[in-house]
Amino acid sequence: MLTTVEIIILLPLFGAIVSGVFGHWLKKSSGYVATACVGAAWLLGLKTLVDVMGGVGVDENVYTWVSAGSFTASVGFLVDPLSAIMLVTVTTVSFFVHVYSFGYMHHDAGFARFFAYLNLFVFSMLVLILANNYLLMFVGWEGVGVCSYLLIGFWYERKSASDAGKKAFIVNRIGDFGFLIGIFTMFGYLGTVQFSEVVAKAGGGALPASAATGIALLLFLGACGKSAQFPLYVWLPDAMEGPTPVSALIHAATMVTAGVYVVARSNVLYTLSPTAGAVVAWVGVFTALLAASIALVNTDIKRVLAYSTVSQLGYMFIGVGVGAYTAGIFHLFTHAFFKGLMFLAAGSVMHAMSNELDMRKYGGLLSKMKVTGYTFIIGTIAIAGIPPLSGFWSKDLILAGAYHSHVPGHAALWALGVVGAVMTSFYMFRLILMTFFGQPRDAHLYDHAHESPPSMTVPLLVLAVGAIFVGGVTGYPLEHGWINHFLDPVLGSPDHGSGGAGLSPSVLIGISVAAGLGGFVLALVMHRSGRLGADSRQPIHKVLWNKWYVDEAYDVSIVRPIHRLSMALWTIFDTIVVDGIANGLGYTVKGISWVSGRFQTGRTPTYAMWMLFGTIAMIYAVTLP
Amino acid sequence: MFEIDWNILLPSLVVAGLVLVVLCVDIIRPDNKGGVSGYLSLLGVGVAIWVSLSLWGRSPTHGLGGMLFLDNYALFFNLIILAGTGLTIFVSTGFLEREEGGRSEYYLLILAATLGMMLMAAGADLIVIFLGIELMSIALYILVGFFRRRTDSNEGSMKYLLLGAFATGFLLYGIALVYGSTGTTNLREIELAVAQGRVYTHPMLLGGVALLIVGFAFKVSAVPFHMWAPDVYQGAPTAITGFMSAGPKAAAFAAFFRVMVASLGDLSGDWSGAIWMLAALTMTVGNLGALSQRNIKRMLAYSSVAHAGYVLVALVAANERGIAGGVFYLLAYAFMNIGAFAVIVALGRKGDENLEISGYAGVGFRHPGIGLAMTLFMVSLAGLPPTAGFFGKFQIFSAAVEAGYIWLTVIGVLNSLVSVYFYLGVVVSMYMRQPVGQAHAVSMTPFARVALLTASLGTLYIGLAPTSLLQMARQTVSALL
Amino acid sequence: MAVATSHYLILSAILFSIGVAGVLTRRNAIVIFMCIELMLNAVNLAFVAFARHLGQADGQVFVFFVMAVAAAEVAVGLAIIIAVFRNRETVDVAEVNLLKW
Repeated sequence: MLTTVEIIILLPLFGAIVSGVFGHWLKKSSGYVATACVGAAWLLGLKTLVDVMGGVGVDENVYTWVSAGSFTASVGFLVDPLSAIMLVTVTTVSFFVHVYSFGYMHHDAGFARFFAYLNLFVFSMLVLILANNYLLMFVGWEGVGVCSYLLIGFWYERKSASDAGKKAFIVNRIGDFGFLIGIFTMFGYLGTVQFSEVVAKAGGGALPASAATGIALLLFLGACGKSAQFPLYVWLPDAMEGPTPVSALIHAATMVTAGVYVVARSNVLYTLSPTAGAVVAWVGVFTALLAASIALVNTDIKRVLAYSTVSQLGYMFIGVGVGAYTAGIFHLFTHAFFKGLMFLAAGSVMHAMSNELDMRKYGGLLSKMKVTGYTFIIGTIAIAGIPPLSGFWSKDLILAGAYHSHVPGHAALWALGVVGAVMTSFYMFRLILMTFFGQPRDAHLYDHAHESPPSMTVPLLVLAVGAIFVGGVTGYPLEHGWINHFLDPVLGSPDHGSGGAGLSPSVLIGISVAAGLGGFVLALVMHRSGRLGADSRQPIHKVLWNKWYVDEAYDVSIVRPIHRLSMALWTIFDTIVVDGIANGLGYTVKGISWVSGRFQTGRTPTYAMWMLFGTIAMIYAVTLP
Repeated sequence: MFEIDWNILLPSLVVAGLVLVVLCVDIIRPDNKGGVSGYLSLLGVGVAIWVSLSLWGRSPTHGLGGMLFLDNYALFFNLIILAGTGLTIFVSTGFLEREEGGRSEYYLLILAATLGMMLMAAGADLIVIFLGIELMSIALYILVGFFRRRTDSNEGSMKYLLLGAFATGFLLYGIALVYGSTGTTNLREIELAVAQGRVYTHPMLLGGVALLIVGFAFKVSAVPFHMWAPDVYQGAPTAITGFMSAGPKAAAFAAFFRVMVASLGDLSGDWSGAIWMLAALTMTVGNLGALSQRNIKRMLAYSSVAHAGYVLVALVAANERGIAGGVFYLLAYAFMNIGAFAVIVALGRKGDENLEISGYAGVGFRHPGIGLAMTLFMVSLAGLPPTAGFFGKFQIFSAAVEAGYIWLTVIGVLNSLVSVYFYLGVVVSMYMRQPVGQAHAVSMTPFARVALLTASLGTLYIGLAPTSLLQMARQTVSALL
Repeated sequence: MAVATSHYLILSAILFSIGVAGVLTRRNAIVIFMCIELMLNAVNLAFVAFARHLGQADGQVFVFFVMAVAAAEVAVGLAIIIAVFRNRETVDVAEVNLLKW
């Protein structure tokens, strides 16, 4: 008899097979099968969470994959608070994205294929988060990678889409390399890859600190690839070439958070190695700021959201890097709701605007798309960290954790985090103001705009409810909420290295709320000034003129330098350096391949000559030590 | 006075008898187009597999004047070789009729090559190994050029012949030097001579070892002795390409491992550095070469070079897990690679073999079964979990880490990550490219279907439940260490 | 006066090298093939010299096997070269290079 966990995992696989193999005949009904499978998995996931809350965990080996001498690899599942939270996050967002896709993909020729890939993705993701050992986790890890690759390039007729798929693929290879070597090294030192045994052995001192650092950093390299952290983040913005539901599900809510999950799951290693933890935190904060600064100037609605995702993932890594694992996972949890929501809302906007992505052509859409607009605003308030919406609770927990940790430069880490929060709030409200407020800038598109069908708006509403409440319900009171009580037993409570010295908690909260509001005000002021600038030529508006002067000062002293800096960062750093490296790597390898092919001249004497060289080298290598 | 343990000879004897029977059938019925011979061959291969399995697990012996071993190691390789032969015969039936009108000596040659391979795996004396190699190679030279009216088939055959004979020269010179310095060609006596220091001149022995490595490296297509492989694989009839990549490669590794580890293991300090280089180069050049290929046979040829590199890593590690991993990997490789070639055969048509990877566009939807099978083989070749390929690589690489060869492991893992690109390229082509032109009906004979199904199930089984086979692979190791 | 074993071995090495050089420099497939035969015979000489030096028959027996194998190889080889000639009217290995890269 199958256990609940097995059923949860097998349901999407079943859906994938049915819609993949029989999609040709099932046509649209394959979507129903796929959605029903994920829906059932969602309900069972909720039941599992309730079970875990009641203290019922699972750590079972279902099937011994291999056992040879000292080596055992099994297919086994672990359900503890951490994986239960992940399970609920993944299945919830997946289910609503499936529902949404009905409307979004309705006219697409690849309808069944889309649902097959989507279900296959959910299956792989569930394997990743429910595995009880690193090897099976790697199975899921590769599975989600392949699905992501297939889905980014879903519209393969578009060259940009297949290029983006390729780029994601190449960059992720680098991460996977680190991940694999990390697993090999771990197995070399500990003789096991099962989570419970790794915790027992590593915690018991079987792992020297240097090895722990090595393994932790190698795993983090894998995490950087999958979770789009510096310097491997470049693939994620390009991944927006995929259909929007895919961006929402894979490239915002679930797959990209796998890296955070891995670090949290390996918390014992990062606790053993403060160096690795510090690296994680600093890479996280650097990525958060870098991506946020790029988002300040971008005008492509999906790319702004993509950079925002990269930036928010940076926050999660700050959390798990400083030892506040609960905070990191909590942010992962809340982020899935509001970022999933915003991507779906963006998809709804695109749907209305004939797939136009440029925000400069939007404007004033709120009156035409009430549900989309208001839910988008809810998501924005949530991500800006304004209480009592979800983002506030988790972001604040991360910032507090960073402030109180022992990581070198923890106060700077916190301060940079706050700066990032201002930027986050600014670019998100900028997006909202440009899209939904002001005058329509493209009358033709505006006239054709319409609200999306219910299959698309209902998921928006549900996720909006999540974006409003999940944070407060689970996170209140801060640092002592339900989520802390639930996750701390597995992840350990963050150690307050500086012993609560420095600013008091309420001041910290005040500062981060101020950061969120500050970004909003800045965006609003600039928005207004854009209109007032035209009026200001009339001398009557003397006061307004002065106000404009203030805005201009703002503009010159803060906004423009930041604007220029982020423009510069975007062009120099992102498109030239990082893209250059990523694409360059692909071209270099292909180039070497081509050059090495030239040796293969087709002439037998050439081959014989190489054999002779080889022989001489061989004699030299063997006889002369 | 002269007791012969017939069991030692039994598996080879079955195949040798089969060769004679098929030969007689061909003489009696020269115009049977290979039909009867094909069935007979299959039957005989089945019997040989059964014999090999029934001899499994006995205590290792050797006999016939110290010429042959009977141990689990040889028997396991017999299984790999016979599985490869059997699958190839299944694939060949329809293929021969389609391409050139079957001629019955085809099966005779395949069986002769098989006999050679089995002698290589069981050989206890350099003479036997040499004869096995030549028996196999000469049969393969002819098989590669079997489509004698096709220029590519001819050309591949001639290149293989000239370079193969050239390599044989080095191998023989190596045997001569080893013989000169140890006074024997018997593997166990060489081991004793080296262990007891009864070596006339040490540098000459090492020179001999180096030349032996060259000879074997050619047969397993290790870089820089690999250059024949892409041309020959591309030129050979497709079914034969699949055949060559499985059995002959496994057999060459069988002899290579046995000679290096069992007889010359005490000299491993001298040769492991050289093999290290060979392994690193082979993996890298193989994968890089495959990356820019558009012809699927040529891509798989480079891929087979790369896979030889992975198995060489096992030889560098030369510990229990490594050798077991290498042996296991060769078994897995036989199934997945012949499976891939069975797909290539199935997708070709008379007069148009359809070998460009871009020509596979849309196959995934036009022929779901074939597409799914090919995806399985490609994913397994790429070594993605949870397939046979991943598991074999995992064994080999963790053995290398265990033996302290971290950098070699790093090179190996990097390579296998690069390789994912071109293997998945085939899958992407099948599922994500717009097909051009008319869909062609695929006509597979029932035999070809059986081959494809067996290869798929074998690959799946080895990947999902490797325990029992891995256990068997581990039982072979005691013959060497 | 008995000739020392080393002389035989040096001769064998020289013959082998001539064979290798021939394989690398000649362009006619049949000549290349003959050069390979020269390599094999150089090896035979080494075997016989060693066998005599060691006072064993093993090496001499090996020579018979090598000769038999070489004969078989020649038979097959010539057939293949003829097949190539029929298709292309040349046995120049530098021109037989359709398969490459």
